[in-house]
Amino acid sequence: MKRTGILLAGLVFLMSACKATPEEPRVLTVMTHDSFAVSESVVAFFETQNNVDVQFLEVGDTGTAVNKAALSKENPLADVFYGVDNTFLSRALNEDIFEVYQSPILKEIDPVFVLDKSFRALPVDFGDVCLNYQKSYFIENNLAAPDSLEDLIDPNYEGLLTVQNPATSSPGLAFLMTTIGYYGEDGYLEYWDKLVANGVNIVNDWETAYYSAFSQAGGTDPIVVSYGSSPPFEVLFAEEPLDDAPTAAVTSPGTCFRQIEFVGILNGTPNRELAEKWIDYMLSPEFQEDIPLNMYVFPVNDNAVLEETFRKYLEVPEVTADISPDMIAANREKWINDWTEAVLR
Amino acid sequence: MTNKMKPSSPYSKVPSYLLWLLPGAFLGMFFFFPLTRITQLSFARIEGKALAGLWEVFKSPTISRVVSFTFKQAFLSTILTLAVGLPGAYLFGKFQFRGKKILRALTGVPFVMPTLVVAAGFYAFLGPNGWVNEVLMQILKLETPPIQFVNSFAAILTAHVFYNTTIVLRVVGDYWSRLDPQLEQAARVLGANRWKTLWEITLPLLLPAIAASSLLVFIFDFTSFGVVLVLGGPLFATLEVEIYYQTISLFNLPLAATLSLLQIVFTLILTILYTRLTRRINQPVQLSSREKSQRPLTSPRSRILAGIMIVFLLVFLISPLASLGLKSFSGSDPGSPPTLSFYRALGENPRESLFYVPPTTALGVSLGYGLITVILALGLGLPAAWALAKRNLTLLDKILDPVLMLPLGTSAVTLGLGFLVALDTPPLNLRTSPLLVPIAHTLVAFPFVVRSLTPALASIQPKLRQAAAVLGASPRRITREIDLPLIGRALLVAATFAFTISIGEFGASSLITRPEYPTVPVVIYRLLSRPGALNYGQAMALSTILMVTTLGGMLLMEYFRVGDVGEF
Repeated sequence: MKRTGILLAGLVFLMSACKATPEEPRVLTVMTHDSFAVSESVVAFFETQNNVDVQFLEVGDTGTAVNKAALSKENPLADVFYGVDNTFLSRALNEDIFEVYQSPILKEIDPVFVLDKSFRALPVDFGDVCLNYQKSYFIENNLAAPDSLEDLIDPNYEGLLTVQNPATSSPGLAFLMTTIGYYGEDGYLEYWDKLVANGVNIVNDWETAYYSAFSQAGGTDPIVVSYGSSPPFEVLFAEEPLDDAPTAAVTSPGTCFRQIEFVGILNGTPNRELAEKWIDYMLSPEFQEDIPLNMYVFPVNDNAVLEETFRKYLEVPEVTADISPDMIAANREKWINDWTEAVLR
Repeated sequence: MTNKMKPSSPYSKVPSYLLWLLPGAFLGMFFFFPLTRITQLSFARIEGKALAGLWEVFKSPTISRVVSFTFKQAFLSTILTLAVGLPGAYLFGKFQFRGKKILRALTGVPFVMPTLVVAAGFYAFLGPNGWVNEVLMQILKLETPPIQFVNSFAAILTAHVFYNTTIVLRVVGDYWSRLDPQLEQAARVLGANRWKTLWEITLPLLLPAIAASSLLVFIFDFTSFGVVLVLGGPLFATLEVEIYYQTISLFNLPLAATLSLLQIVFTLILTILYTRLTRRINQPVQLSSREKSQRPLTSPRSRILAGIMIVFLLVFLISPLASLGLKSFSGSDPGSPPTLSFYRALGENPRESLFYVPPTTALGVSLGYGLITVILALGLGLPAAWALAKRNLTLLDKILDPVLMLPLGTSAVTLGLGFLVALDTPPLNLRTSPLLVPIAHTLVAFPFVVRSLTPALASIQPKLRQAAAVLGASPRRITREIDLPLIGRALLVAATFAFTISIGEFGASSLITRPEYPTVPVVIYRLLSRPGALNYGQAMALSTILMVTTLGGMLLMEYFRVGDVGEF
């Protein structure tokens, strides 16, 4: 009896010792939108360094992801949420889903990206929504490549443009806001009237615009609303190696809209310290340099170095449309409704 | 004793509530509970005067336009789907011809294809630069493409018919194949002409199957999202599209919840009408073996008509898909030789992305979810169909009958958020569980299973079961030797639907998933959302793999006949 008792006690001790071994990694859960991607080695580095198992949860497109974070804030799905952009930033902040965290790495980031001065949402990457055009079309037709929003209402460019519906597409909304930033709230609808008169083609999603309507992919329109990064990706993901990008982005002042994506620590996480480490890591050059080839957007950290293809073919606009997240939040519905009435009816 | 007195209720041995136990619990847990929670939460967000504002928006012309458009397109789509599907069902139900199995399998493929991919197929076929327009422009010497297909009402209708014809083909075709030809033959002998026989004998006998398939098609069209968004373009919006917009873009949850409830109420009214109608038309019919009811195409007339139908089905249902297959092999430059480079690229992970999965893994995930969905949907659907197939329904049956259709008519966005807020505490902390995906698929597949099984079960002649009982067969033996063989074919139809619904991934994008284990449609969407010819080519290649796998699965089921109607 006694012996079994001792044995049992020993067993229990052994089991509890096993459980408490320091090797057992902790789990950090990161929820993201469905465009998130990262290299295996980059995550593995963080995992070994911090003895942690990072698990990712995909929760839908950007808007859906923000909604889910807001609806589950009493019982959060994760420790960290990455993927709010500046068009949804106000919603995330108003719903109070993030804890304040002033990461030391913010020093390495240009303050223009730090839209949330309360340091709840920290910038990770940016991408510019710009007009793209197929170079060969304009050479063959002896027409100057478009360079401004005015060009698009020029009769010479009649029927050449495809854009996306701002109600259903995030580049579509970005382009609408570009026109508002450029022509002002009083002038943009007049501009859109002229675009319609000049035969603008409107579709609901980026995929249809870029892969069905854009002449580069076999469609009929040589100008399309896409990203400033699309031309280098046409080179990187060409079927046969290319010497030059077949498309180009228009980057003259005020013709692009900058989307910035943010990360934050979800309110009430039991893993605050790990979450801070993960955010520091996302903002550090190791992670930042991995972003472009996986997510097609660009690092905000000044010390992150871009690959050569990007240095060669990426055109980053100097001046982008100037519209704050608060303005977007306050006017999104009104702008989209007014646009719908003026353009689609 | 009562069995002998009331031979018309052969199922009375098993009480209704027992049959409903599992399906009812499933619906309660995974449908009503999440829906109630998200509705409560949504309305709790209304503050102060916002209720008046909600009412303002609700009765605005935009919403009524959306509602009337939703009905209009669903109605026209259903009529057109029947117009294409019924002749096809006749062909499949009444005739034997070479290549029938493969043709029938092919007609099921559209059902699983992601909308963006199908849209790309239609663009390649009917778009401004599509084959049809190119040919017409050459022949007619036109400057501009004569057919304006994309972003039109016609595109929505066409795509709906493209997707849903298989429902009519299968549900009606299967039923038709089991109708005893003797009744029609008798009518002809008695002097009725072909049309009169069709109109007065065949169609009334087919009504249960036609009604069931029309209801399914209508509800699918009624809640259409992807087709309207991608092919219809910005001029058109259904309730489902409006709910998405209100939820995601505007985060107006009270209005979104109101619209969701409206959609559910419409579905409920429709289904109640349907159940009332079928109550009257479901009747036991003389069944016969397919060997007896199906004949070869012998007369020149039948050959020509069948030929036209087959060519039409091939051109209409297959060519948009075939154009995708062609794209997956053709290089970016026109005129370059066929290439396998896109297929090769699918197997590579040059950026060592953490979420890269080889196509075989994605296929494995899709097939796994499909299998679980079939098991769940059949396991839940069979008892429910059983309860509904008896002649004297209990009050419980009558209430639950229309209710089980509701998941089909419910917005995927709303239900997805419902899962998030309802299934978040143990023992039901399922919101991040991979099981939630097949559970969501089952909610859509379950009504399909019930609807395709009930007419078959209800058509079993009580005489047959009575005879077996008189001869001393136990109820279990009756089930095994009479019921199962008779509904084997319908069971197969139901399983096929459950499987294809799952593979086609309805609404799963509104769930929370582990990015390491994506299904095939998810990988296709990932590839399509990136610029670069190689990404696009890979999306087409993976779509082609999905098509071929689905086709293979369907053919396998065609050959795998579960207890066909025997000779008697």
